[in-house]
Amino acid sequence: MFELREVSFRIRKAILLEQVSLRLEPGELLAVIGPNGAGKSTALRLLGGEHRPSEGVVRMDGRDLGQMPPLEQARRRAVVTQRAELNFDMPVLDVVLLGRHPFNGGQARRMDRKIAERCLDEVGLGDFRGRGYLSLSGGERQRVQIARSLAQLAGNEPSPSASDSEAPAVPGAFPRYWLLDEPTSALDLAHQHRLLGLCRRRAEDGGTAVLVVLHDLNLALRYAHRIVLMHRGRVHAEGQPEQVLTPENLAQVYGVRARLCDLEPEGTRQLVVC
Amino acid sequence: MESDGSQGTAGPGPAAGRASGGPKAKTAEATAFRAGPTEADSAKAFEAPSAPGEGLRPAPPLETEAAVPPSPPGRSSAVAPSVDDPAAPAGDRRGIRVQALFVGLGAAAVAVSLAALAWGAADLSVGRVAQILAHAAGWPGVPAPDAWEETIVVHLRLPRLILGLLVGAGLGVAGGMMQGIFRNPLADPSLIGVSSGAALGAATMIVAGNRLLPELPGVVGGLLVPAAAFTGGLLATIFVHRLAVRNRRTGITTMLLAGIAINALASAGTGLWTFVADDAELRDLTFWTLGSLAGAQWGGLAVVGGVIATAGLIGIRTAPALDAMLLGEAEAHHVGIDAEKIRRRTIACTAAMVGSAVALSGLIFFVGLVVPHIIRLAMGPGHRVLLPAAAMLGGTLLVAADVAARLVVAPAELPIGIVTALVGAPFFLALVRRGTE
Repeated sequence: MFELREVSFRIRKAILLEQVSLRLEPGELLAVIGPNGAGKSTALRLLGGEHRPSEGVVRMDGRDLGQMPPLEQARRRAVVTQRAELNFDMPVLDVVLLGRHPFNGGQARRMDRKIAERCLDEVGLGDFRGRGYLSLSGGERQRVQIARSLAQLAGNEPSPSASDSEAPAVPGAFPRYWLLDEPTSALDLAHQHRLLGLCRRRAEDGGTAVLVVLHDLNLALRYAHRIVLMHRGRVHAEGQPEQVLTPENLAQVYGVRARLCDLEPEGTRQLVVC
Repeated sequence: MESDGSQGTAGPGPAAGRASGGPKAKTAEATAFRAGPTEADSAKAFEAPSAPGEGLRPAPPLETEAAVPPSPPGRSSAVAPSVDDPAAPAGDRRGIRVQALFVGLGAAAVAVSLAALAWGAADLSVGRVAQILAHAAGWPGVPAPDAWEETIVVHLRLPRLILGLLVGAGLGVAGGMMQGIFRNPLADPSLIGVSSGAALGAATMIVAGNRLLPELPGVVGGLLVPAAAFTGGLLATIFVHRLAVRNRRTGITTMLLAGIAINALASAGTGLWTFVADDAELRDLTFWTLGSLAGAQWGGLAVVGGVIATAGLIGIRTAPALDAMLLGEAEAHHVGIDAEKIRRRTIACTAAMVGSAVALSGLIFFVGLVVPHIIRLAMGPGHRVLLPAAAMLGGTLLVAADVAARLVVAPAELPIGIVTALVGAPFFLALVRRGTE
């Protein structure tokens, strides 16, 4: 379990988070939504260990995150931020291989290359291995970063000797937490759904705990097991998607009149702004 | 002053054995620099990020819930999908290019080293140089060369050559590391104040030391200015770093700004010493500021060699972490790197390498900026190749510049800083121009 417990975070006098408690359980896909400046990314950075809370604690598997060295954190948690940018033209495969760093100390082995190539295939960039990162479009770059975190999620090899074997099999050696900060911001429609489908499968099949910061409420509605709605540095509402995405909540937080409508043929529900 | 007896410990033997590598140098180096698409690719690094290639890409499959293709392709099955897939052989090709690069750089270093030993005010043949070195190394059966020739090669040119290799290597590695943690190809070791601090230290010793300290004999007296320069460089770096640390974290932008301010302050201090200096001191000052390898002595070399080798090796071992830092500090943290530790280590290594290099050779600009740049254009930004290659190329280029400095106006010699700037600046401009096209 991975949680923020009564966490506040301030930069000088600006209060970015106030008394936020948030729990992330293995096997679930949690969507964090809210207007700009609600504190979504700040919460994710606290979980990512980039910031330390001004008050409260961040706990990973029962331990204070602040007491864990970065390497140990990285072996349990992969993060996709919004800010990864390169000023140098690294080959795409090398960028993905950086995700293997927690498990190989930067010495890419055959197995690491295989994992990296497979992860590029998973985001549909299998043919881009040798391309320079700077020649990619924004959405492609975002997918490369997602592939990098997938390579990290692949975890450790079963044993040091069997370096050529397939995907690792020891459950304890996997990172169990996957945090993504607006990973769909540059993706086209198809890739948005591909990515969230992947997130959901990872949660349900792999026992990973996935936290996604999202702006598209319909994506959150469709894929998330649970939604946390944030507003002005606090948790405004939390629960099943349909419990959170009520006209009242949306009006209070976004100031927008919206409601859930049934779509006839498929029987799915969509959030429609009136 | 050079005859302090310690030169016997240095074994110049191996250089002679590699003499045959000379002529190969240029061709091998040229291939290493031309081959492949990376050159054009990395040139784009200078442009604002744009999004070409949109049309080249196969349209993504439209199914949304479909299972991810179970795709664990091994090396062999990965080749198929598209005709112009550059990926599959890329690994091997790159390995070959890396080897070619290092062979080329090694050959160039040997060739330039031989030239540095043979050419000068008194020209010697390569065979003669080999004979002198073999004799000095104590090989049996080698006839003794003339004493004056031995003095020139073993006591003057050899320490100078080694100093050039060390200083160039140190500046190259330091430049590469700085550009890595600043994530900017225009970063330079002087950003953290080490060069200007060293200049201030040297100026203080040249002017104030000259007046206040008694005349010291030989070796000790010769090491006063380097020691002051090293101390000055280190103090300035520590000061800049202190200014940039807040909440136990180094703010990289703050450090840049603090470096600029400290550079200005130190230059003002140096200017003040220049103002009060008499004619002789002024001449010393000027020459120190323009850089020269002429001050090489075995005693100082041992110290500087130890420092640069240690810091350089630590730097090269940091290469994988520096690669991750290229993505950004947070991203490095997320793959398990203690970014603060890496930043501090980089600053310490840079200060040690540049401080000790500058202490013996005076200010030498452009090597730390241009050398990593060239390697990056040829081989990409990965630090595992970049740092060692920058060490080799830096040493080679600096020795070459020194040979030029000695030959152009022989029997006098130009300050080497003039040569590196004269050659380095237009070359750098050409690189930048090509990059923006």
